[in-house]
This record gives sequence, structure tokens and C-alpha cells, in this order.
Amino acid sequence: MSLIKHKFVETNISLMTVLVLVTVAIGGIVELVPLFTIESTIEKVRGVRPYSPLELAGRNIYIREGCYNCHSQMVRPFRDEVERYGHYSIAAESMYDHPFQWGSKRTGPDLARVGGKYSNDWHDLHLKNPRAVVPESIMPGYPFLAESDLDVADIADHLKALTYVGVPYSEEMIAAAHDDLVAQADPDGDWDAVQERYPGAVVGDFDGDPTRLTEMDALIAYLQMLGTLVDFSQYDADALRQ
Amino acid sequence: MPTKIEKDSVTGVETTGHTWDGIQELNNPLPRWWLYVFYACIIWSIGYAVMFPSVPLGTTYFEGTEGYSARVEVEQELAAADAAKGEILNRIATSDLEQIRHDDDMLAFSVAGGGAAFAENCVPCHGSGATGGPGYPSLQDDDWLWGGELATIQQTIQHGIRWDKDDDTRFSEMPAFGDGILETDQIEQVANYVLSLTGHEHDASAAAEGAAVFEEQCVACHMEGGVGNKELGAPALNDQVWLYADNYDAIVNQISKPRHGVMPAWAGRLNPVTIKMLTVYVHSLGGGQ
Amino acid sequence: MSASQASAVMGEPVGTPQYNETVVRCFTVATMFWGVTAFTVGVFIALQLAFPLLNFDVSFLSFGRLRPLHTSAAIFAFGGNALLATSLHVVQRTCRTPLYGGPEVAMFLFWGYQLFIVMAALGYVTGITQGKEYAEPEWYVDLWLTLVWVVYLIVFLGTIMRRKEPHIYVANWFYLAFIVTVAMLHVVNNISMPVSFFGAKSYSLFSGVQDALTQWWYGHNAVGFFLTAGFLGMMYYIIPKQAQRPVYSYRLSIVHFWSLIFLYIWAGPHHLHYTALPEWAQTLGMVFSVMLWMPSWGGMINGIMTLSGAWEKLRTDPVLRFMVTAVAFYGMSTFEGPLMSVRAVNSLSHYTDWTIGHVHSGALGWVALISFGAVYYLVPVLWNRDRLYSIKLVAWHYWISTIGIILYITSMWVSGILQGLMWRSYDDLGFLQYSFVETVAAMHPFYVIRAIGGVFFLLGSLIMVYNLIRTIQGHTREEGAVTRFGVAPAAAE
Repeated sequence: MSLIKHKFVETNISLMTVLVLVTVAIGGIVELVPLFTIESTIEKVRGVRPYSPLELAGRNIYIREGCYNCHSQMVRPFRDEVERYGHYSIAAESMYDHPFQWGSKRTGPDLARVGGKYSNDWHDLHLKNPRAVVPESIMPGYPFLAESDLDVADIADHLKALTYVGVPYSEEMIAAAHDDLVAQADPDGDWDAVQERYPGAVVGDFDGDPTRLTEMDALIAYLQMLGTLVDFSQYDADALRQ
Repeated sequence: MPTKIEKDSVTGVETTGHTWDGIQELNNPLPRWWLYVFYACIIWSIGYAVMFPSVPLGTTYFEGTEGYSARVEVEQELAAADAAKGEILNRIATSDLEQIRHDDDMLAFSVAGGGAAFAENCVPCHGSGATGGPGYPSLQDDDWLWGGELATIQQTIQHGIRWDKDDDTRFSEMPAFGDGILETDQIEQVANYVLSLTGHEHDASAAAEGAAVFEEQCVACHMEGGVGNKELGAPALNDQVWLYADNYDAIVNQISKPRHGVMPAWAGRLNPVTIKMLTVYVHSLGGGQ
Repeated sequence: MSASQASAVMGEPVGTPQYNETVVRCFTVATMFWGVTAFTVGVFIALQLAFPLLNFDVSFLSFGRLRPLHTSAAIFAFGGNALLATSLHVVQRTCRTPLYGGPEVAMFLFWGYQLFIVMAALGYVTGITQGKEYAEPEWYVDLWLTLVWVVYLIVFLGTIMRRKEPHIYVANWFYLAFIVTVAMLHVVNNISMPVSFFGAKSYSLFSGVQDALTQWWYGHNAVGFFLTAGFLGMMYYIIPKQAQRPVYSYRLSIVHFWSLIFLYIWAGPHHLHYTALPEWAQTLGMVFSVMLWMPSWGGMINGIMTLSGAWEKLRTDPVLRFMVTAVAFYGMSTFEGPLMSVRAVNSLSHYTDWTIGHVHSGALGWVALISFGAVYYLVPVLWNRDRLYSIKLVAWHYWISTIGIILYITSMWVSGILQGLMWRSYDDLGFLQYSFVETVAAMHPFYVIRAIGGVFFLLGSLIMVYNLIRTIQGHTREEGAVTRFGVAPAAAE
């Protein structure tokens, strides 16, 4: 190894800077770019759709409160996880997640398939005071979510911003964003319209107070759809190979 | 500063001859062991990358010589786990619930398996001892909203209660009597009557008035004497088991603006055998009929 | 000590340039301040996990908002200020030239960086976050940091260009790699679409699996280049200075520098083992992590072996002890890291406290201890004091923080491995033995021990701050024959 040559590098800061940049760029390019070009990366499954406006608002509350610090949304292909949480997660399920929320720590359980596991009423109670229903829980209480009216004014802008990063919201969806958001949690809302645009969306009053549209409504609407979009009985493991 | 190679007086190793703010560098060679371990790691890594999916190739990738996929492997593992449970799993799958209940082996196995499923899925609402909580019925006692026979328990677990997404879900809806059906004083009278059924402290004259109202408005579901009706999930009002609370205010609230419990449907989320085991487990908790 | 050695280490060259020490002093004080802040928040959130009532049902005190505050305060505020302080000190001294750009640009760098920290922190507690770990600040904070970082790069490169030494010292290679790579990571991982120009919220450019790998390419190399390369740069200056010995091996520094920065970048996917990231990427993440083991240890060897011939100083100089213990923790963490990147191990450790313990053996054991060593070294130099106020207090700080780290790491090993095993535990009949919440309940004693460890570490840092304030004030505690390098050898005998 002719280390003497290193003299040229360590006496020339421009050369060294360029070499450092090239050296550190290689790994990222080789790993990141193929994720966009390899066809099997996002599995070909049916059912995955963009979030409904209410779900999106709920997801933003999930992010705001830092739920990802303690909850993963990624069931690994292990026997115990599949038996505990349900089918392992696939990449297609988070293809419209800007940002992803797979998480890195399970201080609380995985939430990838929490949708439909509990009633709205349970979520409401549990979010307000986790220890009221799960005495061993160490989760913070979020009673303020039920006190806060959901900010809905700029929801169409949110959908629009997401179209710029590739989420296929149609003009119609953006135009109806506000109405859809309100309708999804309104017992008298036009649920058919919401579910036509967002198949499988869970509708109804979520927080037990139909007179108000709160942050609690939005968060529960989001939780109730997590992991429910793909019918895994139609696919075997070979179809999901990446 | 001019290059001036010196010999370190402590170790006898030569310096490189440079000095930065008083710091010099020795010209020690690379430690041999370090280099060999580094090489070993590289060789091991290449071997691993040959065996397993590793190199991206444009629109596809090198799959490795082992044909490995964690997703395929877990399916095999799950099948193997079922196989390891043996014949008894098949027997449970093909037996009806009464047969399972009366067969010691199948019963013990189902209570274990149902108990595990219960701990993960049902405890958050029904509590760790299945003792319930406000709005979530205890499964320990023999007081059932929708029936405590094996078949009715199974039906409830499979399809849930008031679970919109399941067409076969159990459904009933108590009217909001406070929304113009009954006057406030009538509601208070009924509440007193309901309290009287279980010997709770109540206003006797109001209860007498309430009995008439109850006869008119409530017996259709809660039946004569408040014994309840499991066809409709109408709770018995004449026992000491209360879904929400056994006080006057709670009863007035429930009459005026009733809450309706919701239970998810578990068919689809849990497999049929697990639901069977869960049924037998819940049935075994003390109140099975 | 031979004559040549003494002159090489102690002698100030004739005609010392007018170094910009003001900005280094500012960054040093900020390091202490943010360090105590980060440790305090850390202790608080550790207590929240043991006693959830401490969340008080208040949004801005809840764990989910405070945890990013803790991680950012530790990494970017404490670690970042320590790196800026030392890099700006080291680059001037080893290039024998004042900072490029002059004092105004340097002060912009200081206040600009503090503004970044404050804006990020205010965002966290008020719920403004991108929701990506260690990259939580929203787009407007990211843009500001990009500007500050470019200024940093220009100041650093400009200073090296004007150096009076023909060769660039190895510490500066590492600082350079740190600055350049963090710029690349920061920009790519934070590309996002704001909802509106006047609103804080944005949506990341990438989604799902691509976003996940971009994030962990960033996240892992925040560890690799912020917390490893940068602090190795620090180590390559302060250990030879404090030990008064030459660096062990020039050749090793070359080989381990280039191999480290080349290999580290690939290791990100090991944070996504068994997820929906394609397996080919997981494999690459794992094998590059394994190959990274020796390049990481190259730094440890060069750090520790620099003491060859001077081992007895560890007895008499607690500041040097901080530095060497830091390198030992570095060695341990960089062995544990590749181990945890092996898929079979990761299947157990991932999502558990083992990861948290690993991070803290690096963050407390390596990053914080080496920074304490650096600050103990820098303060007497920067404020022109003969020595620290008290060497005994340094020794106290050393032992208290070491005990704290050990409590922290061991409790997290036990809780992490325990919980990982409980999750996959089956009874005789083949059914899951524990429900999730039972495994949560089992963590409680370890969360208490962890919090106690954190309290020790915090107390130690308060002792340090007291000691340094007294040093800056010019006080000295009567402790016999004491110098900047600990108890004088004659007195130690």
C-alpha cells in the first residue's frame, strides 16, 4: 500500500473535499436509486388508496404528537408478530405515506393493523386516559384532543401539496376535500360520497360528541383505517416477494 | 514547518516529521490483527452477499443462491407451528363447540389457545381478568347481554356488536327517551322504578309511577319485571350486574341519551379455529350456559 | 520526558497568530448549557416512562413531544456545539491561521446555530415536526440550518486553504468529512413540499419505503458522521494534547479514515431489517455494517495507543481518563453496532430498549465523555488559566457519570433482551405466552434504574459546570501539586 501518495490528498484541500464527497456519495446512490427502479419494490396489490381528508388530518395529529416515538407501524414477517398483530406489513401499504411512520421502537404495541381492532369508544377512552382501560399502560393521556376543534380550513391545500409529491388526489377530491372531511365524522353526512372517493373509509362520529368535529375524531378515523386496505387472502408470499 | 523525522524517545518509533500545534504522528504500521480481521469481515460479507439477495441490478436484483425470502419463510414457519400443534388442531377445526367442550383434551387446548388470544385481543376492553369495566361487560358472571351459550358467544365474537362493517353484526338501538319521547319527570320515575327492581334506594311513589311508564315504553325490550332479552341485547335490570353504573344519575343518563356498546367483528382478523378456542375459553370463565 | 518531546508538545511557535478564541469560547459555553439541558430533559422523559403520570395530560409535556427535544438537544445542541467549538479551535491551531471570514462571520455562525436549535425546540413542544427521527425540524428550520451549515463549510475550508502547515492534520480530515456529509444528508432527507409559504407544515418528497431508507441513510449517518467522524476529529486533537504524546499511527489514520467514511454510508438499511424494505437492501446494510467494525476500531486503536508510554497518566489525570474511557465506550459501541446489525440479532433487539441502551453507550459513553474531556481541556486554554479549579471534582464527575452510564446501559440491555424474548415466547402448547401489555409491565423496574442512571449522569454534568465556572472565574482550589495535566507526577508518587 503506497501511503506516500496520500501526501497529494492531505496537502490539497480541494482534492480532499472532492474525494470525500465522492466516497460518501457512492453508498447512498447504490442503495437509494434502485428503490425507484426495481419493479418488485412496491408490491402489486389492490386496495391501497390515498388517505381521506379526515384520515390525513388524523395522521398529521399522530405525527404532531410524536406517536412514532413509541409505536411502530411495521409488522415483521415473524411468527410471533403475525400471530400477535396480523399479516406482516408490505411496502405498498405505505406508498402514500409522506413521511413514512414505520417507527423504530415499540414502547407501545405495533399499530400497523390496529384499524378495526377496537371500538371508537374504546379509542376515545383510551386516548383520554390510557390507564382507565389498560391499567399497566405507560402511555401519556391526550384528553386535550377531545377539547380541540379540528382545524379544517386549509385541508384542500394539504391534498394539493401532496399531489406535488406524487399522491394521486384528483381535482374532484381536492375540490371536495373540506366537505368530505366534515361528512366522514358527521352522523348525517354524505357517507356514500366519501366512501366512493375513499373506499373502505370508516365513517361515523368517532369521539362520542356528534356536535363537534375534534382532533380526537380525526385521530380515531386514522387509527381505524390503519392496515385495513389490502385483502391479504388474495396474495401468497411469492406474490409479495421483493 | 519543514519535515523533520524524529525518533520517539519512549517507543523508539519514527515520527512522520510533521508537527501541528505541537502534535506529532508516529509511523507505526497497521496492526496485523486489525488488518486480518478487516479482511475476514470483507470475505465473510462477500460470501453472505452471494448467498442472499444483495446486488441491485437496474429493474431487478440478484436474489442470492439460497432463494431466501423472509416472507416465504414465515409462511412456512406458521404452517410448521400449526403442524406442531398436531392432530388436536384439526379435531377442533372439525368438531362442533359442544364436542370440544366435553372433550378434556380439546377443552384444555382451547382454553390455553383461547386464553392467549384473549390476552392479546380482548383484555384492552374486557380487562385482564375478563371482569369488564364501565361499558365493557364482565365475562366472568352468568349475566349475558346477547347470550352465554357457546353458539351465541361464537356469533358475537365473529360478527361483533353494532359493527357497521359486518352485515351479520348484532344490532339493537335503545331510543333516546330524552329526545321528546318521555318528559323529564317520567324519566326520573322510570329510573326510580329501575332502582326499585334491585332493592336500591329509591323514591317509592315515583317508582310506582315509573312502573306504569316502564310497562308502556320499556317492556318490549327489557321484558316484564326487567329481566332483559338476549335476542335484542337488552340487559336485565333486575340483577346486580350493571354495564355502566348502579346509581340514579347514570340510569337517568342512559334512559335520556343511551350509550351503545360496540364490539369489533373478529372474523377475518382471527382465524376460525382461534375464534372457536376463544369461544370455549370465554364460555369456561364461569358464566357459560 | 525527552527534550524533543517536550518542545514538540508544549512549545508555542514563535509569532502565534491571533486566533479567534471568542467564538470558540461561545460554543464551549453553549456546549455546557445544552448538555445540561439535554440531560435534564432526558431524565424527565426517562421518569415519564417509569411513572406515566408525569405526562400531566398536557400536550407540550407529553413524551411524544419531549423525546425529540431530548434527542435533538443531545445530538445537535450539545454534540453540535461541542463539534463546532472544537473544530473551530482545532482548525485554527493545526493550520496556524485565524478563522477565515473574520470574527463577524464566526459570530453569525454561533448565533445562527443557536437560533436553529431554539427554532427546532420551540417547534417540538408546540407540535411542529416532520415526524422523522432526528430530522424533526420543519422546512423553514431546515432551510436556515442549510444556510448556517454552508457558512460553516466555507469558514472551515477557507481556514484550511490559508494554513501555514503544508499538510492537513488528520483531525481536520474527520471534521471535513463530518461537515460535507452532514450537508449532503440533511439536504436530501429534508426535501419536502410545504403546504403554504406561511405555514409550518410540509410533506416529505419521498414516501413509504423510499422515505424509510432515505431517513435511515440519514439517521444512521447522523450517527456515523455527526457522532462518530466529528468526534473522532475531536479525539485526534485532544488526546495527543492531553496525553502529550504523538498519535500512534499515521498509516492507520489514513486507512481507517477512508474505509470508515466509505463503508459507513451503506449501513443505514440495518435499521430496517425485516421491514418492507427489499431484502437486497437489508443484506447490503448488514454486510457493510460488519465490514465497518475494523475501520471503526481503527480510531479506537489510534486513540488508546497514543497513550503507549504514558499509561501512568491515567492514574493522575482524570481529564485524560475521561477521554480514554470515551474511546473505550466507542470501541464497545462500534462492536455492538455491527453485532446488532446481524439480522438474527436484530430480529431480537429491534424495537426494544436494547437499541436505546446501544445508542446511549455511544451517546453518553463516547460522545458525552469525549466532549467533557474536550471542554475540560479547552476551558483553561481559552480563558488562559493555569489549570482547572479542581482536579478532584473532575475525578468525582468521572466516577459519577461512569456509574450513571453503567446503570443506564445494563438496565437497557436487560429490559431490551427480556422484552424481545417475551414477545417471541411460546408456551408448551405453542401459543403466545405473554400479551404485549404484560411485557410493558415487566419493564418498570428497569425504567426506574435507567432514570437513576440518568440522574447520576446529570449530577456529574452539574459538577462539571460548577468546576468550569470557577475555572473561568480564575479560582483554584488548593489541591497540592496540580497542573493542567492532573496531579503532578512527583506528587503522585
